Amino acid sequence: MTVLLIKNGFVYDPINKVDGEIMDIAIKDGKIVEKAEGNGVKIIDASRMIVMPGGVDIHSHIAGAKVNAGRMLRPEDHFKDVEMKTEKTRSGVGRSIPSTFTTGYRYARMGYTTVFEPAQAPLKARHTHEELNDTPIIDKAAYPLLGDCWFVLERLAKNKIEECAAYVAWVMKATKGYVIKIVNPGGLEAWGFGGNMRSIDDTVPHFNITPREIVQGLCKVNELLHMPHTIHVHTNNLGKPGNYITTLETMKCVENLAHEDKPVIHVTHCQFSAFKGQDWRTFASGAEEIAKYVNNHSHVTTDIGQVVFTDTTTMTADGPFQFILYKLTGNKWINGDVETETSTGIVPFTYSRKSYVHATQWSIGLELALLIKDPWKIYLTTDHPNAGPFIYYPRIMTWLMSRVAREKVMKKMNRRARQKSLLSTIDREYTFYEVAIATRAGQARALSLRHKGHLGVGADADIAIYDVDPASVNPSKDYRLIRKAFKRANYTVKGGEIVVKNGEVVKSVEGKTFWVDVETSPSVNEFAPKLKQVFEDYYTVQYENYIVPEHYLAVSCPVHIKAEM
Amino acid sequence: MVIALRPKRVFKAPIEAECITPDVFSGKSVEEIGKLKVWEGNRERSLKELFSVEGESGAKPEGVSIQILGDVHKVRRIGTHMSAGSIVVHGDVSFHLGEEMAGGKILVNGNADSWVGSMMKGGVIEIKGDAGDYVGAAYRGGGTRGMSGGTIVIHGNAGNELGYFMRKGIIKVHGNVGQFTGVHMRNGIIVVDGDSEGRNGAEMTGGKIVVCGSVPSVLPTFTIDAVKPRVKIDGEKLAGPFYVFIGDVAEEGEGKLYILKASNTHLKFYEDLI
Repeated sequence: MTVLLIKNGFVYDPINKVDGEIMDIAIKDGKIVEKAEGNGVKIIDASRMIVMPGGVDIHSHIAGAKVNAGRMLRPEDHFKDVEMKTEKTRSGVGRSIPSTFTTGYRYARMGYTTVFEPAQAPLKARHTHEELNDTPIIDKAAYPLLGDCWFVLERLAKNKIEECAAYVAWVMKATKGYVIKIVNPGGLEAWGFGGNMRSIDDTVPHFNITPREIVQGLCKVNELLHMPHTIHVHTNNLGKPGNYITTLETMKCVENLAHEDKPVIHVTHCQFSAFKGQDWRTFASGAEEIAKYVNNHSHVTTDIGQVVFTDTTTMTADGPFQFILYKLTGNKWINGDVETETSTGIVPFTYSRKSYVHATQWSIGLELALLIKDPWKIYLTTDHPNAGPFIYYPRIMTWLMSRVAREKVMKKMNRRARQKSLLSTIDREYTFYEVAIATRAGQARALSLRHKGHLGVGADADIAIYDVDPASVNPSKDYRLIRKAFKRANYTVKGGEIVVKNGEVVKSVEGKTFWVDVETSPSVNEFAPKLKQVFEDYYTVQYENYIVPEHYLAVSCPVHIKAEM
Repeated sequence: MVIALRPKRVFKAPIEAECITPDVFSGKSVEEIGKLKVWEGNRERSLKELFSVEGESGAKPEGVSIQILGDVHKVRRIGTHMSAGSIVVHGDVSFHLGEEMAGGKILVNGNADSWVGSMMKGGVIEIKGDAGDYVGAAYRGGGTRGMSGGTIVIHGNAGNELGYFMRKGIIKVHGNVGQFTGVHMRNGIIVVDGDSEGRNGAEMTGGKIVVCGSVPSVLPTFTIDAVKPRVKIDGEKLAGPFYVFIGDVAEEGEGKLYILKASNTHLKFYEDLI
C-alpha cells in the first residue's frame, strides 16, 4: 500500500471540529495516521484547496429490482447521456437511472465514497447485492423494507416485540441489510386490496394494527437490537397536500421512546412530507411547522429530498403514491407487489419551474434545510432519482450556500410560488463547514459509521479534495466556482488509493458492502423452524433459497452488534 | 456552396455518420471535413476513408448543400440535428435520417429505412421512394416526444407506427401505410393517400389522421361523430365525403380520424349510429 500525504489543504472535518484549518493529512494502509514516514511517500499538494472526508449519501436509490425496472422502462433517459469506455472505466449510460458502473464513477467524481441504497425488498436482496457488487469505488449498504412485512405486522399486532426483533435480526442477516426501512407503514399492505392509510391511526385491513403501532413497534425493535441507525421512515400520505400533519404525528409518536437526546427516527426526503393545503390548488409549504418541531426536539433527523427542475424518474416502494402520480401525469408506469413484503411503483416525471406545485416543492426543500438550524439534523439528498438525479448535488450546495444563486432560480420560476415562498425572507447561507456536515459528517454520524465522515486518526482514508480556495472565494457571490469545484473533485481518495484525479476516474476499486450481524439470545438460528413454516405458508421461495450467503457480496463488511434480549 | 460525397466502396457494416450535416460541415475546408470521425461497425474511421469529399463548404449552414452520390443504404443518422441548409441523397439511406432536425431540407431520391425524422422539430424531409417504420416517431421504448414540427412527405409507402407520439407538424404519405398510424398521437396531422393496414390512432389524444384509401376496420375505442363532405388540411381541401371518428376514448382522447367513405363501403353500418 502506498503512503500518501495531503499537504496544506484547508481541512473541513466537523466531527473533529476542524473548520478550515490548514493541515496535513497522512494516509497509510487505507487509514488515516498521525505521520507519513518512510521512503516513497506520495505527496498531494492541496494548497489553496478544500479537503473534506469522502461524501456520504444516506438515501439514494442506486441498485435493486425496482431501479433496474426503471432502467428498462426508460430507454429515452439513457441515449443522450452515454459514457464511453476508457482504459480504467467501463462504458455505461446515465442520467436519472445510471447503470451500476456509471453510478459508482459519477459519485466518485463528485467526491462521494459511501452511498446507501434505501429500499431493498427483502425478497429481492440477491438482485440488490448483485448490482451493488457491480457498483465500483463507493462503499454501500441496503435498507430492507420492513414496515409492511406480514411477519412483522402479525408480531406487532400481538405486541410480541422480542419475537419481532428476532425476526428483524434474522432479516438483516439473511438479506445483508443495514437499517430498518419503513415506507408508508400499513399503506402498502392495504394497497394490496386497493386501499391506503389516510392517517397514522387507520387500521390495516386483516392485521388489526395501525401505522402508529408499526412505527412505535419497529422503533422499539431498533432500540432492542442496538441498530447502527434509527428507523428510516417514509411517512404515510407522502406527496399529498396537507401531509405535514401526518409527518408531525409520526415524529411525535416516538417522542417518548427517545433517551438522552439520541435520535430515534429519521424522516427521509422530508420535502415530500411537508405539504400544506387541502388540494393541489391550495397547496402550500409546511416547512415552517416541520422545522419548528425539529428545532425543538432532538429525537428526529431528516434529509431534504430537494427537487431539481429536470426530467427524472420517480421510484418508491410506495405503490399507492406512484399510482396517484400516474393519474396526475398520464405517463407510462410500473406498479408491483412483492409477495408478503412490500409494493413498488415507477413513473417518469418532469419538474417544471413554471408549475406552481413543483416550484413550491423546490422552495420547501430549501426552506427545510435553511430553517432547521442544526445542520446535524438535516442532510443533503435528492432522494435520487425521485426529486432529481444525484449529479445535481453541487447545484443544491450552491443554493444552500448562496442567496444570490437561490434568487436567480426564483426569478425564473412560477410567480405565485415565488410570492408565497419563504426563501426571500431567509438570509441564512451555509458555510463550507455546514456543507461538510450536511453532505458527509452528519450522515456518517446518523449511520454510526465510525470510520467514515471524518479525518481523525484511524478513520478510513476516504477523502475528497476540491479545487476551491476558501480564503479568496466568497461562496455567496462566486457560486459558479463552487458548483464547478464540487461537480468534479480534484482528487478523490478511497481506502487510501487515488481513484479520481482532476475529475476523471484513474483507478477503479471495489467498495465494501456493510450489513449488520446482530447477536441475539436466543440466537436467530433457533428461530429457523418457525420461519420455515412461514415460508411454506406464504412465500413462493424456500427458506434456504431466500438467504443471501455472505460470499455473495464482493467485499463483505459485517458490523457486529449485540442485542439487548 | 455544394459539397459532394461519393462512397469509395460498398459498405457492409452499418455506418454511424452523425457528422453529415450542413451544421457540422459549415466553416470547414474539404480537408477538415474529410477528417471528421464516423463509426463503421465497431471501428472508428475518418470520413475520407469512406467517402471522396469534393466541392466547397459555406461559412454558415444555410449556404451548405450536401450531395450524396452513390449507395449509402448502410449509412445511418444523416442530417441528425441539422438546423439549416440542404442534403440531397441520390440513393437509399439507412435508419434515423434527419433525427431531431430543426430546420433545412432533406431530399432522398430513393428509399429510407426506419425512424425518418424521429423527434424532428422543424424543416422538411421528402422521400421519393418508400420509408420504413416509425416515421416522425419518439425515441423507441417510451419517449413521449415525437415529431414536434416540420413536414415529412413520402411518395411511396411507409411502415408501421407512423407518427408515434407525434405532437405537431405534418406527415403526408402518398402510398400505403402499415398498422398503428398515429399511435399515441398528441397533435399534428397525418394524411395517407393510400390504404392502411388498420389500428389507426390507437391511444391518440389529439390531432388528425386522414386515410383516403381503405382500412380493414376502426378500433372499437373510436366513436363515429359525423359524415363530412370535405376536410381542410393546411389550407388545402380534400374532397370527401369522410367518416369522422373521435377517440381514443380509452385515453379520454379527442383525436379525429377521417376515413374516406367511397373506399370503405364496409363501414356503412356506422352511419346508423350517428
